[in-house]
Amino acid sequence: MRGAVGGIWRYLRRNPSLTLGVTLLAALGLFVVIGGLAVDIEDARPLSAPTLRPPSWDYPFGTDRQGRDLLAVIIAGTPLTLRIGFIAGFLGVGLGTVLGFIAAYYRGVLDAVIRSVADIGLTVPGLLVLIIIAVSIKGTLTVNQMAIVVASLAWLYPTRTIRAQVLSLRERGYVEVALLSGMSGPEIIFLELMPNLLPYLAATLVNSVAAAILASIGLEVLGLGPIDAPTLGMTLYWVNFNAAMINGWWWWWLAPTVVIVTVFLGLFFLTVGLDEIANPRLRRSA
Amino acid sequence: MTVEQSGPVLQVECLRVAFEHPRGLVRAVDDVSFSLLPGERFGLAGESGSGKSTLALAILRMIKPPGHIEAGDVRFLGASLAGLDDERIRALRLAGIALVPQGSMNSLNPVLRIGHQIADAFVDHGLRLGREETEGRIAALLSEVGLPASVARMYPHELSGGMKQRACIAIAICLRPKVIIADEPTSALDVVVQRQVMATLARVQRDLGAAVILIGHDMGLMAQFVDRLGVMYAGRLVELAPIDKIIARPRHPYTRALIASLPSLERRSTLAGIPGLAPSLLELPAGCAFHPRCGLAVERCRRERPAVRQIEDAAVACHLA
Amino acid sequence: MSQRSSIPLIEAADVSKRFAGRFGRESTLALAGLSLAIDAETPSIIAVVGESGSGKTTLARLLLGLAEPSGGTVRYRGTDLRRLGHAERLAFRRDVQAIFQDPYGVYNPFYRVDHVLWTPVRRFRLAGTRTAARELIGTALRAVGLRPEEILGRFPHQLSGGQRQRVMVARALLLRPKLIVADEPVSMVDASLRATILASLRQLKDEHGISIVYITHDLATAYQVSDKILVLYRAHVVEAGAIEQVVDAPQHPYTQLLISAIPRAETGRQWLASEDGRRAGPPVGDAGCCFADRCPQVRAGCLNRPPGLHRTAPQRAVACVLYREHPALLADALPEVLSDNGAVTGSAAPIPPRFV
Repeated sequence: MRGAVGGIWRYLRRNPSLTLGVTLLAALGLFVVIGGLAVDIEDARPLSAPTLRPPSWDYPFGTDRQGRDLLAVIIAGTPLTLRIGFIAGFLGVGLGTVLGFIAAYYRGVLDAVIRSVADIGLTVPGLLVLIIIAVSIKGTLTVNQMAIVVASLAWLYPTRTIRAQVLSLRERGYVEVALLSGMSGPEIIFLELMPNLLPYLAATLVNSVAAAILASIGLEVLGLGPIDAPTLGMTLYWVNFNAAMINGWWWWWLAPTVVIVTVFLGLFFLTVGLDEIANPRLRRSA
Repeated sequence: MTVEQSGPVLQVECLRVAFEHPRGLVRAVDDVSFSLLPGERFGLAGESGSGKSTLALAILRMIKPPGHIEAGDVRFLGASLAGLDDERIRALRLAGIALVPQGSMNSLNPVLRIGHQIADAFVDHGLRLGREETEGRIAALLSEVGLPASVARMYPHELSGGMKQRACIAIAICLRPKVIIADEPTSALDVVVQRQVMATLARVQRDLGAAVILIGHDMGLMAQFVDRLGVMYAGRLVELAPIDKIIARPRHPYTRALIASLPSLERRSTLAGIPGLAPSLLELPAGCAFHPRCGLAVERCRRERPAVRQIEDAAVACHLA
Repeated sequence: MSQRSSIPLIEAADVSKRFAGRFGRESTLALAGLSLAIDAETPSIIAVVGESGSGKTTLARLLLGLAEPSGGTVRYRGTDLRRLGHAERLAFRRDVQAIFQDPYGVYNPFYRVDHVLWTPVRRFRLAGTRTAARELIGTALRAVGLRPEEILGRFPHQLSGGQRQRVMVARALLLRPKLIVADEPVSMVDASLRATILASLRQLKDEHGISIVYITHDLATAYQVSDKILVLYRAHVVEAGAIEQVVDAPQHPYTQLLISAIPRAETGRQWLASEDGRRAGPPVGDAGCCFADRCPQVRAGCLNRPPGLHRTAPQRAVACVLYREHPALLADALPEVLSDNGAVTGSAAPIPPRFV
């Protein structure tokens, strides 16, 4: 056990990107967890605090125009934003994996159909489609519905990239050996091909989560998100709505911006780090 | 074969190449010395892990970290290469000593035409030639290796294996080197094409007056092509002698086994291999590196590493030779 | 001489393979009509020798059911491979195994080498209990000269090329197949190890009664290991028969060229000098002999009439006009020449083999 921990530590030292990414996200996570114990989440609702107070001892992140304690908003909103990203990212990659494998392994008509749908879907501007979907849903969105909306497009790109990876893998000698050993199609997909793609799938997942978060923030800033939720995107919406920048209420837009940048930097470095695992040629020498 | 210089064109002196591995130092080339006369054909035989390819790279100072030249020197036309700076070594590569690397036919740039790749070699070495002259030289080079001039306009995938290999030889000789190192030039080719490529190499070498180092493991090919042969095992040179002497009377047990492992076309069921495995360079056996697999090993072989001894015009590293 | 069973284990009946041309290029003939039969009872080692592009790998893939023929059929115990039922297909996979050229690509880098041995044991239920399975695997490894404790539990990159290839032979042995198709099994292995691997192939036939189709470009190893030989050139059979007869006295000009081109470890260098500078030209198409453009004995008729197969001895056949006085052999009667049963079926008017 100690050997495994030591091994992980040694690897983290050799892979600075992965370390940085994990550190950033872990720090954010810690902040949210500890903050959640120290601060009352209810203060994220409007009219919990005096309005438009700059950062002070009572309100370390200040307050906004509707009287929300911005520290509480960040602590409450960050997990919500991340949740949308995770749900949408997982759904997207999950569906993309299934379709990508089926298309690449079985080829033929199935491949032609899946590939065409994905290709056509990818040419349509994603944000536009999301806007149309969001606008068509009656009433306001919940956070979970938001995730599903974003997921509806999140599978297109992973399908294409995973299909490409599987196409090259299936030509390997060990797939033929597996065929000769009497393995069936699904067995080969799960037992022979999938394990070799795990690092690549992990990297794709992180990418997908990042893209989903970005898409959801985009929709929220446009006002199409869950209006009652204190997500990071909605906070920016209110920032915009109240012209906070022009009015000089800098604390209002600074906090969510810093958190968003941290999330994306963390996810970016995580992707680079995972890329190195997936592609051994990128590894630096010990 | 005219001797243009009085001395050897290449001298390898006690060369040692080491690689740093977490578990220790690996000597891929250990204390190898030989010299090459102008116009001579020298063979370097050995199996995977013997260090022959590493030796070729070391001669051209192309060893990358975690490997480095630990000791020894290489002299080209009498001048030591160890002290040369990067610029001068670069100028020497291809113009003085050319390398046809292993699998080179697969490392031709797939998106450039053959002519373009030859022209690149000229440009890299600072030759500013006009377009007509470049094309003329390329056509001449291609005809030297027996390829039609139209090959200059072709892409690598349009050529067969043998043609690609000959294109690689054309690139290697484009700057008229004095030494050509060919690392397993025919390993992926069938026998008929192999003979064509080797005949091309022989002709090219004769016309240039260059020396050739042929690296491989096919003793039959060595017997038919080279003048002198060096046999490598676990990084060391275990035998070095004129080829006729080696074929007629191999002195080192490994050399004998290598020759014996060549399948005969005269008698059936005479396949002989060498039992055991080549040693890991991290855990070399004590004494002679070959003793665990040698049928003649005695107590001394297990304790004491044999030094290279001169016997007439041959050199052997074996206690029993 | 043992009785030949009526239904061969694997039979290729006039199979041919043509690859469609892409982007307006013409289609490529990978294999012209070839017939081969592997007996179910009497084991033998048949070498298929040719250079790259001769069609030997295509033949291997057709026999293994990894590719479908464009013409003709491949039959397993009388049934077309394309029409095998589920149980029959499983039996086919059990009876016919393969060893491939690249001893690294055939291993899934994610798993230890044990995976490649356990998968067939599980799939074909070769052992009742785990202990019995471990016994079986250990025996198979020992049979190819490997020590189980040195091999099991390792990852592919931790073994040498020779060890990996021997594990593949052990894997093939596990299933006690009737036929092993070995596609260049030793070309990526060191010279000193080749003998050991080839010796274990020979052992498979002598001790376990397994037939082997040994595909290679190396005539010398084929001579050492096989009983029969099929020489392919550019998708066609040019010579076939008992190995000693063909190698000691080659009849087809291509076979003669092949043998003279092998460099021998002997003094007195003739090898380079005998290079005559003839190179293969563009394919001659179906009109004439596939070797006509570089044949040192080419005649006028060779360019426009394909030579038929001629039976020059009970166990020899050659596709060359030089032997046209000998009885003609129909392409689908080729298996007779390669069988142990050497009876001549009588001559017919010369009919050239059908090139699809």
